[in-house]
Amino acid sequence: MVDVLEPQTAAHDDHGHDEHHGPSGIMNWLTSTDHKVIGLNYTVTSIIMLVIGGAFAMIIRAQLTTPNGSVVTLAQYNELFTMHGSVMIYLFAGPFAFGGLANYMVPIQIGAPDMAFPRLNALSYWLYLTGSITMLLGFTVAGGAANFGWVGYAPLSDALNAPGAGADLWIGALLLTGFSAIFTGVNLVATIFYLRAPGMTMFRMPIFTWNMLVTGILILLAFPVLTAGLVMLYADRHFGTHIYDANHGGVPILWQNIFWFWGHPEVYILALPFFGMVTEIIPVFSRKPLFGYKGMVFATIAIAALSTGVWAHHMFTTGTVLLPFFSFMTYLISIPTGIKFFNWIGSMWGGQIRFTAAMLFAIGFLITFLIGGITGIILASPPLDFFTHDTYFVVAHFHSVVMALVIGAMAGLYYWFPKITGRFLNERIGKAQFWFLFLGSTIFTMPGYLLGLKGMPRRMAVYTLHPEWQHLNILSSVGAWMIGFSTILFVINAVKTMRSPKTAGPNPWDAHTLEWFTTSPPPHHNFYALPNIRSERPTWDYYHPDAPALTHDDHDPSHMPNAAKGATK
Amino acid sequence: MLEGVNDPVDNPGSGLVRSRTSRTRRNLGLAALVLTPLLLSSCTVPGFGAASGVTDASHKTYKLWQGFMITGLIVGGLTLFLIVYAALRYRRKSDAIPRQTQYVTWIEILYTVIPTIIVGVLFYVTIVVENPEVARVAHPPAKINVVAFQWGWRFSYPGYPNISTVGQTTQNPVMVMPVGETDAVTLTSLDVIHGFYVKEFNYSEYAQPGVTNRFDVHVDTAGSYQSQCTQLCGLYHSLMYFKVVAIPAADYHACLTSASDGPTFVACAEKALASAGSQMTATVRPTQGALSHHG
Repeated sequence: MVDVLEPQTAAHDDHGHDEHHGPSGIMNWLTSTDHKVIGLNYTVTSIIMLVIGGAFAMIIRAQLTTPNGSVVTLAQYNELFTMHGSVMIYLFAGPFAFGGLANYMVPIQIGAPDMAFPRLNALSYWLYLTGSITMLLGFTVAGGAANFGWVGYAPLSDALNAPGAGADLWIGALLLTGFSAIFTGVNLVATIFYLRAPGMTMFRMPIFTWNMLVTGILILLAFPVLTAGLVMLYADRHFGTHIYDANHGGVPILWQNIFWFWGHPEVYILALPFFGMVTEIIPVFSRKPLFGYKGMVFATIAIAALSTGVWAHHMFTTGTVLLPFFSFMTYLISIPTGIKFFNWIGSMWGGQIRFTAAMLFAIGFLITFLIGGITGIILASPPLDFFTHDTYFVVAHFHSVVMALVIGAMAGLYYWFPKITGRFLNERIGKAQFWFLFLGSTIFTMPGYLLGLKGMPRRMAVYTLHPEWQHLNILSSVGAWMIGFSTILFVINAVKTMRSPKTAGPNPWDAHTLEWFTTSPPPHHNFYALPNIRSERPTWDYYHPDAPALTHDDHDPSHMPNAAKGATK
Repeated sequence: MLEGVNDPVDNPGSGLVRSRTSRTRRNLGLAALVLTPLLLSSCTVPGFGAASGVTDASHKTYKLWQGFMITGLIVGGLTLFLIVYAALRYRRKSDAIPRQTQYVTWIEILYTVIPTIIVGVLFYVTIVVENPEVARVAHPPAKINVVAFQWGWRFSYPGYPNISTVGQTTQNPVMVMPVGETDAVTLTSLDVIHGFYVKEFNYSEYAQPGVTNRFDVHVDTAGSYQSQCTQLCGLYHSLMYFKVVAIPAADYHACLTSASDGPTFVACAEKALASAGSQMTATVRPTQGALSHHG
């Protein structure tokens, strides 16, 4: 097992001696417990959700191009932004990251044959798919889909204010996808703790795997709280309880506390996987080890720990929270986040950077997330939050963050597509997509900050009294449509690529981690052989035994003749 | 620019307020040391899209905003420069394997310690601005009760039981406030959560069922400030308007005592605003014409 063997090529598949002889075709997709098949199911489903949620956004931005927009009615508008947020947060960003790419990559990155609980993994996917369909079915029922915003604040979401079945379908969908997330969290944590290959110590795990471990733990901390809150909301709606009902001694603010106790860790449940993807990509395309690997691990853990103590910064204007505490905790999060930024920069520093589409997306992530992070620090100051709360400034802030995640998602897809399919996505289309997505995100969010400062509240179907807001809104819409166009480019690229031959080989990027040691796509149970694992870059070490990462004591070049010679060749 | 912070002149007989004021001044003095360049040049520092507003608190919030934006532009600009510089400077020039540097301890300590110091300063100036903003005057010279509902507002004036204004959506009910006096606002809701937000106050707060919030506003400029609900509250959320009419304190109290009901009070206040001087007209929005679109 620990003998150093030749990495396998696709030709090895022809042997078929230890190939999996399960069902093929559609039955394979329906019945598989293979983490790679489930991960692909997740990835494809969540990208479909991205397209659906994005289509809602296109309609929203069309409505806002005129002060008295008549593309949709007031009621339809409320449904659209509710479902846009819900689909993107609950059905795209999380499932794409921890159900899709993490499901596929984490077992391979740690040299495991599968997830710890393959059937539970399959259950996760089917719960997710069922939940997604349940939520979207809201549009088909009388009264329409849920219309109280993706945060579902009580009492707007109670039986009196949201009487339709759309609200119940929304709650049901969140319960289903919530359990799906919890089971995936269980699977990720168990897999990472128990199924690592010999030699794969915790501090040799790829950063993406580290981030998914921390994400899994955060899921286990946060999602059960949301589930409990949803059960109570459903009980209020149908079983006559008055938990969130102020008229009968209930406490509406309880919902906000519960929701954001899930909701702020959720921000990092969404963000950490994409941090992890970018952290894989930047060192690989810089041909350097990750700068400050251990600092990165501790920064990730610190972000996760702090994220459980900042939830009430979403509630500064309720007048019911201890402002300085939540403000201070929120500021603290910026320190480990800053460490990550400088580690990313340090990884590029002195490297040989190849500007592949994946690397471009990773750099685009850094810049877009930087803007979202800086404006996040502004919002952490309660007086400035009083000033901008519920305006487009907040909308622009979190769209800077989530657009960074979408850009990060594209980085991950362009990076791992050859591993998953054996085929390269077209780089030329990829770079065009990058510029549309990156510039579109900037053009989309920047006017939002200004509109918020001018006083435009969020979730407004019309802005009749303020025709002077129209120009900035049109600009913002143009940015949104550029983002939409970039998504079309991606779909075209993916479809086109699937018809091209498999030319990737096991390690096309000269990458660092174990998934690049096996074939593309990997065989059933992932590996024919494993290299020695003596650092967090086993595949790099295998191909470049003379260029190990320099340790703390080695940064004087005279100590490392091999690497120094290599650099001066 | 620091005068007028809970100015004792405006709160006669309130020792509590006076001691808080001196502490506030001392804190602001310390903050001034920290942000000296900003405060010295406060008249020339750009607003970065925001405006100073018309209340004591809004001016301070605006300065805090400027300070945060300058800090953010410096830190963000430096980080952006480093990202772009590293990406361009170290683009591939050969197939050689670069030095495999992984740890440089002093740099890692540096970029942990410096952000910690920046964050400490930002938190400090936040607290300096926040504390007086959320403080409440013990004996406010003016009071108003604000009740939000789907989809309108009721404004009533404690001590004047006959005077209250109620209006839904585009009826655009008027909330009258005194200029130069602290007005204590209590805020609640009859149904769902609404957002009380006046852009010129640089301030917002939720109106919630079962919770009565109180905050103090000290308006220093007469005018008419078109506002609306900011927290999603259902179908007509985007049409849930209200308007603040701020008039000189003497006129405010005169109108309160002379008016027989809500409409006559609002008429009296708007008349006082009109006669308060032509310099105000710039801030008066032509709301009626625009509102007529929605009958």
